[in-house]
Amino acid sequence: MGVSNSKSATAGDAARARAAEYLLSRHRFRWAEALPWLVAIAAFFVFPERMTFGSQVLIAVMFALSLDLILGYAGIVTLGHAAFFGIGAYTVGLAAARLGWSEPITGLFAAAILAGLAGLISGWFLLRYRGLTLLMLTLATAIMLQETGNLRSDISGGYDGLPGLSFDPLLGRFDYDLYGHTYFIYALVVLGIIFYFVRRIVYSPFGQALTGIRENVRRMHAIGSPVHRRLVTVYTIAAAIAGVAGALFTQTNAYVTLTVFDFDNSAKVMVMLILGGTGRLYGAFVGATVYMVMEDYFSKLSPTFWQFGIGLLLVLVVLFARRGVLGLIESAGASLAKRKKP
Amino acid sequence: MTAALEVKGLNRAFGALRVARDIDLVLERGARRALIGPNGAGKTTLVNLITGVLKPSSGTVLLNGEDITATSQAERARRGLARTFQINQLFRGLTVLENLCMTIGERDGNCNNLWRPAGAKSVVIDEALDHLDSLRLTDDALKLVRELPYGRQRLVEIAIALAQKPRVLLLDEPAAGVPSSESHLILDVVAALNPEIAILIIEHDMDVVFRFAKQITVLVQGAVFTEGSPAEIMANEEVRAVYLGEEGHKVARHG
Repeated sequence: MGVSNSKSATAGDAARARAAEYLLSRHRFRWAEALPWLVAIAAFFVFPERMTFGSQVLIAVMFALSLDLILGYAGIVTLGHAAFFGIGAYTVGLAAARLGWSEPITGLFAAAILAGLAGLISGWFLLRYRGLTLLMLTLATAIMLQETGNLRSDISGGYDGLPGLSFDPLLGRFDYDLYGHTYFIYALVVLGIIFYFVRRIVYSPFGQALTGIRENVRRMHAIGSPVHRRLVTVYTIAAAIAGVAGALFTQTNAYVTLTVFDFDNSAKVMVMLILGGTGRLYGAFVGATVYMVMEDYFSKLSPTFWQFGIGLLLVLVVLFARRGVLGLIESAGASLAKRKKP
Repeated sequence: MTAALEVKGLNRAFGALRVARDIDLVLERGARRALIGPNGAGKTTLVNLITGVLKPSSGTVLLNGEDITATSQAERARRGLARTFQINQLFRGLTVLENLCMTIGERDGNCNNLWRPAGAKSVVIDEALDHLDSLRLTDDALKLVRELPYGRQRLVEIAIALAQKPRVLLLDEPAAGVPSSESHLILDVVAALNPEIAILIIEHDMDVVFRFAKQITVLVQGAVFTEGSPAEIMANEEVRAVYLGEEGHKVARHG
């Protein structure tokens, strides 16, 4: 009797230790996580002449990453995320064109602050709603911003845009080059910093609470979570990141028009994220890259019908890989591991 | 001594339907009270009114003597009022352990932290595992909730409420939907709960009610019909007529 007791105690302890270890180690860096960064660096050396396009991919990744924080983790469905991208894009654009403020790095901070502020204010009002209502309200917010820009096209440049912007050399030394090498490295470094922040948030207790809101908001209220405050907080952060992505967009293109606020832009980033997989950090990397590369490839193949390819891909993903490309890889890995075990 | 929970003159109507009519209810500290009544009597509505899911049109709710009628659901939870749901309300895509760690995190305010890894506080994990141990859920700690059989999910439902360290606990049919072969597991857990917690249990199984409760409140058509000790309720002819007589032998278990 005594023996069997101590035996079951050890089994229980082992189960406890295993469970504790899972949570203790979950946030630790895994080597596979170096992969996207290695790919980006490799791309720099393999396709040196395509770095302008490379910067656009990095910006799309950043934009999708910001959406993952609210859609993938907190479960906020929005069709107006382009609003914050646009605010960031116009912050640096207008600052350079109208105020002569063309220092790029402080521009990023200004974009983050203004876009974050817009997220805070609109989020405070809108995040009381969910589902379809929220979808329509976020969409309306982006359209209203776009129309405000259109109304004052004397300032915004309207749909013709703010052309021929010029920005100071980075850190006062590294100037814009024809192949976009400087800006690729710049965008990669900014993405790296932002990714670090997002990764910390996702694995923090706050991040856990966000997944709780996504999984069951009723229960979150019942266990005492300040749901609205949590949602507004993450919405503000995501808006600021989207703003940085928008600012980089303007800086790399030296050009911005009101189309950044387009519904297209909001929808595209969601498609990218779903393609890659929501709520898994790297879905943004995979989804944005696959989307951008395919868009680039198809649009050269068939300038009129290129969207057909993207549409087909999305249909396939939704039908056969609901959890995105990363989800597909995960399931494949899991079934392989099962087969190996007897 | 102030009661753990006191409800005074609570009213609520959905249109012409009065679902709560002048309800008075007291839970002393460490109370074991059952709330019974026919289907549609307003039992879950009362839980929703007490926890703040619904706002009463009149009346007050006092928690440890403090008026909480105007506070939000979350604020009431933070002040020590916990509940379980008749139909599971769980974080289905997360592991059982995460379900509990997050609850503890929200209770202690850890979830305001955006920077520190959630796994860095081993105290939280230890406490979560203690709760799971006490409900014999340790082996399921790393399983996703949606992968568990329904009976085990019912236990997680209770575990979350316990992890809130409540002073008042409202159990809305804790064994609902569980086959009777497994329901005794859940009812054993309920019977063994910390005697300091004041508990109100909604339950249809009269065996459980008479075994567990020291007081019983009978609710009929949104109003308190009568209340008393199990013996008094059992002896009450009118209760038998409106409730026990109607469906007492069927041991109704609706979803």
